Amino acid sequence: MNELALAIPWLGKRHPAGARWVVVAIALAAPLIAILFGKTWVRILDFAMLYVMLAIGLNLVVGFAGLLDLGYIAFYAVGAYTFAFLASPHFDIHLPFWVVLPLGAGFAALAGIILGLPTLRLRGDYLAIVTLGFGEIVRIFMNNLNHPVNITNGPQGINMIDPLVLFGWDISKPVKIGEDITINSLFLYYYVFLAFVVLSVILVQRLQISRVGRAWAAIRDDELAAKAIGINTRNMKLLAFSLGATFGGVAGGLFAAFQGFVSPESFSLMESIAVLTMIVFGGMGNLAGVIVGALALTALPEVLRHVAVPVQQAVFDRVILDPEVLRMLLLSLAMILMMLLRPSGMIPAYSRYSRPELVVGKAAGEVSK
Amino acid sequence: MITLLDARNVTKRFGGLTALSDVSLTIRKGEVYGLIGPNGAGKTTFFNVLTGAYVPDGGELVFNGTELPSGKPDQVVSAGIARTFQNIRLFREMTALENVMAGHHIRSRANPLSILLQTRKAKEEERLITERAFELLRYVGIERFADTVSKNLSYGDQRRLEIARALATEPQLLALDEPAAGMNATETARLRELVQTIRHDGVTVLLIEHDVKLVMGLCDRLAVLDFGRKIAEDVPAVVQKNDAVISAYLGGHGTAGAAA
Repeated sequence: MNELALAIPWLGKRHPAGARWVVVAIALAAPLIAILFGKTWVRILDFAMLYVMLAIGLNLVVGFAGLLDLGYIAFYAVGAYTFAFLASPHFDIHLPFWVVLPLGAGFAALAGIILGLPTLRLRGDYLAIVTLGFGEIVRIFMNNLNHPVNITNGPQGINMIDPLVLFGWDISKPVKIGEDITINSLFLYYYVFLAFVVLSVILVQRLQISRVGRAWAAIRDDELAAKAIGINTRNMKLLAFSLGATFGGVAGGLFAAFQGFVSPESFSLMESIAVLTMIVFGGMGNLAGVIVGALALTALPEVLRHVAVPVQQAVFDRVILDPEVLRMLLLSLAMILMMLLRPSGMIPAYSRYSRPELVVGKAAGEVSK
Repeated sequence: MITLLDARNVTKRFGGLTALSDVSLTIRKGEVYGLIGPNGAGKTTFFNVLTGAYVPDGGELVFNGTELPSGKPDQVVSAGIARTFQNIRLFREMTALENVMAGHHIRSRANPLSILLQTRKAKEEERLITERAFELLRYVGIERFADTVSKNLSYGDQRRLEIARALATEPQLLALDEPAAGMNATETARLRELVQTIRHDGVTVLLIEHDVKLVMGLCDRLAVLDFGRKIAEDVPAVVQKNDAVISAYLGGHGTAGAAA
């Protein structure tokens, strides 16, 4: 969060404490502002939170450990389908979410290890190809496992998934306060997701500044040297894959509960690439950058959708460019511009893997740069 | 004198080429041991076999009385052998401090769960690692660059950082692969002091070096490799006068030119 605060132009460097409160305020007030533009925007915010979680998880694999994973959405799918199987009328099982969500995370972690084991020796392009294949395999399984025994219900997906019920409180139902104020469930979902995001950030930051985070960064920077100082690269890579996948699994479970419906088309290759783009766009390896990237790239297409159509109608009296086409076009353009102008992302800060201030008299900044 | 490392008939072949042929040498505890030889003599190959990067085709390495596992670099480090590289290999995106802290990996315990929960033990260990890393940076003389990203350090400081990182693994044997390569006279002199300090503090040093003056002045004993064979092993003064060594360096194999 400090990194996020520091990234605020002007204010961040001058008043770090103030900037921190600005971040908190924005995070808390976001849905209240969004509702002014309509309910859809709160919904988009909810999705943005899920994407932030995905980006945080994928960043752990790609940004920290340097393992290019193009099939990350598969873990999201595993989490979502686990939730769908165990909390929907599909098998008529209705387990509570605090059982299902950890199970989904666990299965996703397992899937991460299954993907990690055969790819340990691969690097760069080769790893990317295998992970890409893995992502597609998972999607195709979901698509076809409705025959001979119907497990996933095929392309139709699974419907009527149980909503999140926290301590007996169904958050998919609006809350009434008094007579005239009702809080829409979209708000409740937002705050629940926000809590998950905050928790993820805390956990990932703890990992980053630890022997595990340094071992990952070491493998990323120079695998041979990492081995030469005694890092067991095999175990550390598997750990990165499985922990990264865990975040995907949790996000997937939340997605299933929020949406009430899962189908294979939500887990296409394009989604994997979208999450990866968010990381690259924001600043790989750096948590603040990843969060900003995820928020920006979730919002951008929606803004386009809501702006491009009316603008075109006003100017040309009809829609010439479909917003979906425009989205891909502008996204690619944005990526190319980013690569040319700011190749290390919107917030290109070096990631910290240590806290020198732990040692008395070595407060950050005291050591000469 | 206690033997620290006993290499017995180590052989390594790459296809038809025998890079190391029956090399036997013993390194005693507390000495600076030099390994020299013309280019392509097999010095770095020996290093790579020793540190587990290569699996030898024959022979064995006995360290502190137990056989070293071959092809398992992390176990070799945990047994107490650390190395540096001929072409510096630092973790470029990490600061000097973090490089050294990464070197502590094998001597620290915290598991992912205790890190996620930030148990008191994990926190205390993290603080100790940080403290120890600062000490090591001071030891090699680059504490003021603790916060500098390692790729931005000067060449000489990068070499020192690599040594600090190797020392962080708490080795009994520190293997330096051409540490003075590319250094100017001042830097070389400072390096020499550092190696002497390290030896003085109880770490045995194995040194591969081209700089003959440095090797002769620094090493207690040295071995000379030529075409994968050990042609001499003794104190510098004796080795210097060895005919086989002179001809290996000056090209006295009968046919080769004598340009040195």
